[in-house]
Amino acid sequence: MDALPAHMRPERSFQGFILALQRFWAEQGCVILQPYDMEMGAGTFHPATTLRALGPKRWNAAYVQPSRRPKDGRYGENPNRLQHYYQFQVIMKPSPSNLQDLYLKSLAAIGIDSSVHDIRFVEDDWESPTLGAWGLGWECWCDGMEVSQFTYFQQVAGVECSPVSGELTYGLERLAMYVQGVDRVYDLNFNGREGAEKVTYGDVFLQAEQEYSRHNFEHADTAMLFEQFRMAEEACRKYLAAGWREGGNQKEHLMALPAYDQCIKASHVFNLLDARGVISVTERQSYIMRVRELAKACGEAWIHTETGRAA
Amino acid sequence: MPDLLLELFSEEIPARMQAKAADDLRRMVTDKLVAEGLVYEGAKAFATPRRLALTVHGIPTRQSDLKEERRGPRVGGPDAAIQGFLKATGLARIEDAKIQTDPKKGDFYIALIEKPGRATIDVLAEILPVIIRTFPWPKSMRWGARSAKSGSLSWVRPLHSIIATFGLETEEPDVVKFTVDGIEAGQTTFGHRFMAPAAISVRRFEDYEAKLKAAKVVLDPQARKDAILSDAQQLAFAQGFELVEDQGLLDEVAGLVEWPVALMGSFDAEFLSIPDEVIRATIRNNQKCFVVRDPKTGKLANKFILTANIDAADGGKVIVSGNERVIRARLSDAKFFYETDLKTKLESRLPKFDQIVFHEKLGTQAERIKRIERLAAEIAPLVGADEEKAKRAAHLAKADLLTEVVGEFPELQGLMGKYYAQAQGEDDVVAAASEEHYKPQGPADRVPSDPVSVAVALADKLDTLAGFWAIDEKPTGSKDPYALRRAALGVIRLIVDNTLRLPILNAAKSAMVGLPKKGDAQKLPDDLLSFFADRLKVQLRDQGARHDLVDAVFSLGGQDDLLLVVRRVEALGKFLDSDDGKNLLAGTKRASNILSIEEKRDKRTFDGAADAGLYNLPEEKALAKAIDEVKSEASAAVQKEDFAAAMSVMAKLRPAVDAFFDKVKVNDDEPKVRENRLKLLNEIRAATRAVADFSKIEG
Repeated sequence: MDALPAHMRPERSFQGFILALQRFWAEQGCVILQPYDMEMGAGTFHPATTLRALGPKRWNAAYVQPSRRPKDGRYGENPNRLQHYYQFQVIMKPSPSNLQDLYLKSLAAIGIDSSVHDIRFVEDDWESPTLGAWGLGWECWCDGMEVSQFTYFQQVAGVECSPVSGELTYGLERLAMYVQGVDRVYDLNFNGREGAEKVTYGDVFLQAEQEYSRHNFEHADTAMLFEQFRMAEEACRKYLAAGWREGGNQKEHLMALPAYDQCIKASHVFNLLDARGVISVTERQSYIMRVRELAKACGEAWIHTETGRAA
Repeated sequence: MPDLLLELFSEEIPARMQAKAADDLRRMVTDKLVAEGLVYEGAKAFATPRRLALTVHGIPTRQSDLKEERRGPRVGGPDAAIQGFLKATGLARIEDAKIQTDPKKGDFYIALIEKPGRATIDVLAEILPVIIRTFPWPKSMRWGARSAKSGSLSWVRPLHSIIATFGLETEEPDVVKFTVDGIEAGQTTFGHRFMAPAAISVRRFEDYEAKLKAAKVVLDPQARKDAILSDAQQLAFAQGFELVEDQGLLDEVAGLVEWPVALMGSFDAEFLSIPDEVIRATIRNNQKCFVVRDPKTGKLANKFILTANIDAADGGKVIVSGNERVIRARLSDAKFFYETDLKTKLESRLPKFDQIVFHEKLGTQAERIKRIERLAAEIAPLVGADEEKAKRAAHLAKADLLTEVVGEFPELQGLMGKYYAQAQGEDDVVAAASEEHYKPQGPADRVPSDPVSVAVALADKLDTLAGFWAIDEKPTGSKDPYALRRAALGVIRLIVDNTLRLPILNAAKSAMVGLPKKGDAQKLPDDLLSFFADRLKVQLRDQGARHDLVDAVFSLGGQDDLLLVVRRVEALGKFLDSDDGKNLLAGTKRASNILSIEEKRDKRTFDGAADAGLYNLPEEKALAKAIDEVKSEASAAVQKEDFAAAMSVMAKLRPAVDAFFDKVKVNDDEPKVRENRLKLLNEIRAATRAVADFSKIEG
């Protein structure tokens, strides 16, 4: 790491921090992907995780995914709550037997030394009702702070994982705040420069947090969003229906990915509607079920595609 | 005799599952050994976050040989039967069987089966993999490349290695040879994840435990707990504070570390403006740290104690400051919640309850609160409470459920209501009822004594009981999802501990009035009363008192004043402990037995007064006189609710009853005399019913 220029060191800059993680996982044989070009609530929704976790083929990938949680907006006034933040996501299928060790080495790569920090694996069973997914694993704690989620997927999109993937999710802002020693996310040094050249997280995102909070809580057009939800749901079903082919002696699917995009869309629109407070408690459950049905149908389609099925 | 050492080394096992898993492992292995005829001397199991370990010592090296004779078919019996017999016994030819002659049934084949005992290590190699594969984790998972195959191993988290050795103290033990899902049992384990991660080779339990300790792993959970507790106490004491002990937290924390290191941190004193309970819940639930208090004031200090899993190179400085940052952020949130809550009056939260369903058949929370208000106002005069205050208290008692702090920490319900009510200037007893009306929560919980709290507590519980009775959601067997048994016991304790006179039938009828679904107005109150009777029995039994006496009292009918029931049961119990009581009970039982035999024979009852003209023995006259006296004196005493006096009156009956049975032949040859004597016996029974139904008493 000494070879790195100071402004690229993970403890100095947010971007250096992300690059360090990417380099580390690239060295473990992961393909380093770029963020998916759709709004989603968590890195798990990226098809590189949700769909690629299914089926027997090997798959190792890592990527940053901007994650949108409309309800978590605080108009830029809360020191660590954001409606848009970055997750760093790693998926390895099948889960390697040294995945915990790899995770700890990745922490070392971003400047967290396990001889002075107290790193713990604390029970956390992960479940995503909208994705029809669950797994067992931990919250990873560093000195009492939850810094990552570590999950062995058992089921995704209603399909049993075979083999099981290991999934790691790092909350990048929180980890970087810890490593940089700042208490307010907007004070994070983004580019590692000082003085006039310094760009903070606030310079990049504060205005966006304020604007999107107004949008998410006050102005998002609910009539349009209800319509968008309905349209996405309908489109997903339409593409799924159109994609099935009876090829040779087995069924196959030719449009799982475009159909799944519509599922991602429906899920995000639901989150926006939820933030606007226009979905009642009872309706909420039924919306979650509707998204889950889409996710399950997409999972079923995926395992009948070239990449998703047994060789 | 040789010992077994077993270790299952895995990724981090959830803290809450460790103790039971250790126990399950010990039970499963030792049960199997015993079932295989291998009686052991002792066994002990341990758990850390990364391992389950078991030592079983004093197991015989071999099973004993088994000899068994099995009887087969008749000599010359059908071929199919003979073939079946050969197959079942493993004999090659029927000539290998013995023939046994039976003078009545003819000749039979007998097979002598000799089963030589197997070496214990072979038995272990067979049973251990089965135990591992069928281990009862509450939740288990698959992992890695093998998870693609069917029948792959499930474990709580990925299992990495297994130690299984068997042998004598004096010798190099043998490895029990087996493989589970690609993991071969051996002699290797690993030390602390960060401080001593290298592989360790072990032979038997003693060197296993010692080597682990050298590798910074404390195997015994109890030893970890003891260490955490005493270190935490000392850290607190050194600064002039006192640790707030917390067994649940201690158990959990001991399950999160292999090498406990207690460290003290602090937080800004400005957070002490938050109620202590909120600080404690924040630090405990979210951060799994202990809090400390000032022994002089009993108030929390701005310190906390964390348990790290590592002897850090810098003495823990970085760890403490990291934890302080997180706790600061958490306490800022808590302070924000608390201050936000204080800005809203409790009553202005209430309209929201219109939207919240309590139970789909029992309406909204708002409707339930209205019912409790009415009921509390009705109960108030009966328990000496101010009606208006009881009503106000019931009105506000649930409002804190909608506050931010209770949303975050549900276990603070009631308590926060009290603080918020005090802050908005409510009467002290009204504020206190927010917290107290949930009590008593269990047999060990305190029973509220302020009349306003008592009125609301009773109203809350009676509404719950009547409501769930009306929709027929009663507890069955071990299922009691709405904690109705606890509610009924709560009512009993509220009444008895506060010596309240509250006819429960009326109260139950009143509780039914406002319910959306009424239930059977005739049956329901009686049903509920017998549920109370059952609860009372359970409670008395738990206290070591005689529960059969509860039936003896309820059987009199019309007993819905629980305080009187309890007093009567107490007096009855004392009486039956005396000689007079025992003998009177025996006499009454004898009278009842004779009566029921004669009633059956004559197909009639012997009700009605005995005819004094037919008495011809002094004992009859004496008994009749005693009965008359006792009846009137006992009812007078019962009228005055002086049950002890009623019982001592009963004692007067005893010599007359004894003398009667001694000297008088009931079944006289003269039918009229016989009938009259049976009527007299019936009157003994009737007289004792002034205090209890003696026929329901055991013994």
